[in-house]
Amino acid sequence: MAEYQYLFTRIQVRGPLYPGVPLPAEDEPRSKPFGFSHLAGKLGDAQIGPMYLGTYGVLSLMLGFIAFEIIGLNMLASVNWNPVLFVRDLFWLSLDPPLPQHGLRLMMPMHEGGWWLLAGACLTASLLLWCARTYARAKSLGLGTHTTWAFMGAIWLFLVLGFIRPIMMGSWSEAVPFGIFSHLDWTAAFSIRYGNLFYNPFHALSIVFLYGSVLIFAMHGATILAVGRFGGEREVEHTIDRGTAAERAGLFWRWTMGFNATYESIHRWAWWFAILTPVTGGIGILLTGTLVDNWYLWAMDRGFVASYPPYDTVNPYLQGAPR
Amino acid sequence: MRFNTTNVTLLSLAGAAAVIGFGLLFTFERLPVQTVQGGFRGTSMGRVDNPRTAVVMAAANQAPEAPEAADATGERAREVYENVPVLGHLSVEQFGRIMNVMTQWLYPGEGDAVGCNGCHVAGNFASDDKYQKHVARRMIQMTMALNSEWTPHTAQTGVTCWTCHRGQSVPANVWHEAPRSTGPNFLTGPGEQNRPSLAAGLSDLPLDPFTPYLMGAQEIRMQGANQHPRPESRQSIQQTEWTYSLMMHMSTSLGVNCTFCHNSRAFSNWEESPPQRLTAWHGIRMVRDINNTYIESLRERFPANRLGPLGDTLKANCTTCHQGVNKPMYGAPMIRDYPELLPAPAAQRAEVAGPRIQ
Repeated sequence: MAEYQYLFTRIQVRGPLYPGVPLPAEDEPRSKPFGFSHLAGKLGDAQIGPMYLGTYGVLSLMLGFIAFEIIGLNMLASVNWNPVLFVRDLFWLSLDPPLPQHGLRLMMPMHEGGWWLLAGACLTASLLLWCARTYARAKSLGLGTHTTWAFMGAIWLFLVLGFIRPIMMGSWSEAVPFGIFSHLDWTAAFSIRYGNLFYNPFHALSIVFLYGSVLIFAMHGATILAVGRFGGEREVEHTIDRGTAAERAGLFWRWTMGFNATYESIHRWAWWFAILTPVTGGIGILLTGTLVDNWYLWAMDRGFVASYPPYDTVNPYLQGAPR
Repeated sequence: MRFNTTNVTLLSLAGAAAVIGFGLLFTFERLPVQTVQGGFRGTSMGRVDNPRTAVVMAAANQAPEAPEAADATGERAREVYENVPVLGHLSVEQFGRIMNVMTQWLYPGEGDAVGCNGCHVAGNFASDDKYQKHVARRMIQMTMALNSEWTPHTAQTGVTCWTCHRGQSVPANVWHEAPRSTGPNFLTGPGEQNRPSLAAGLSDLPLDPFTPYLMGAQEIRMQGANQHPRPESRQSIQQTEWTYSLMMHMSTSLGVNCTFCHNSRAFSNWEESPPQRLTAWHGIRMVRDINNTYIESLRERFPANRLGPLGDTLKANCTTCHQGVNKPMYGAPMIRDYPELLPAPAAQRAEVAGPRIQ
């Protein structure tokens, strides 16, 4: 039992391949289990499969592939189909949103944003279908739909960035490019354009939940590994019938900080912290440029940030017309 | 074999070290790095220096030793030489001195195309037949203007030919417009960004921030001027990236980070900006003047091999003078040693004004 507390365990459970619980009659048949993987067994369950793709899964993968291809082929075209440049500059390449002059139009030259719009539509549809798939699979297994709701938190932020906010701003050009460095540059430019996103309280909340998620994940992971020698990784049993592992874990946290989450509530803590990261972040993005044009000025006006001694550098624009 | 805790821990640590090491390889410059506090405590207004690279930079950015000063009295150059409109007010001795150093600064050595022959027709120094002489004359006018009209940027340090040329007839750091991808493409063509931008510190930002801002006078300010949006505050993210590209160019050519000129918590706020920002603001306008009034006015004079592929001149940007240092040659006040490059006193100013493009 003690072996189980490590990621790289030397014990691999190899029973007969398990096809899973019976599916409801209206579901499509799922694939057979594929077999065992020694490598996968070092990290988790050695059994691979069965997979259930279903209509949602197939459509989602197809649309995701189309978006991936649109982005990739446009990147390849932008280096004149040179495979060496494609690999060398891959992190710099990008499929950019429509030019500002196209506003919210749907028809425009493909290379001036049409491809971005099409890739975005396919990607959005793909994500929504995958989300529906997590819902349908959870229902089929008789589970709660927590994964779906969590996924929708991420989709919310994705839609705010690429769809809802651009519509509110009246321009697709406000959206994020598809590219490694280009989306990072977008992030920096976005923050600078709107007067420093750090003074956006929802951005601050999002950071709190992000770092909080990290902290909670580390605390929880550490706690369960630490009580692994008492069978503490069997969290479900401990939620219903607490044994010495749960008692010791709880006692540890009460000793160190006076309070402990329970075997059940720690997962609610984690779920909410994770979900609130994109939810609050999305609100912050949505308010930027629509209601607030300069977060620094907004925060200064509300005494939200400290004042430091100024340099008193003269604004040249106040000294008459600029040259 | 048996995995025990120590083995697994060691393996994990080795893996983590490898990943972190790989990341460090491409992320950070080699130590030591020193931060010099440049603003109020706790505001991160610091300057980052690396003594190891600073030694290399210092060696590469030295002003040449000045020859002995010339006697400013005596006969004027225009009384002795023919066709000396912009330097005719100097004494003969001063005139000879500045011609001498210009030779060393631009065309060092002796030969058919270097030394005096870089600009002059051999045997007939009064002749205007070489295009280089027209360029040199216009550049002397420019240098005089930089040392008088543009002191908000050049201050007491001043500018000489050496500031840009450093022993080369064409300065090492110049730019020209690049051909854009032409014609309607079905797929995205090579655009104005999304490749490693040499101008903007290898970032993914627009490739040419010079044409709009250092030749043209496009609006650089992008940040919202009010708390809440107003109809006129329509600066796009795309425009912001163009400005960002110019700023990255300034940062790399001066060898400084953003906080040298800006308080990064409020880039647009002047009161919270270090005074260097005002110097840089004048510098941007100065470079526009250099490129429009002086360099581009010579377009017709230059042969094709001295022009860019689109037929524009080889123009200046911040790197042309600064070359990685926040003050060219670490602020060596060269103009003190070369009073010949100050404008003539108003009473003696020559009647040749070059073609000024406004």
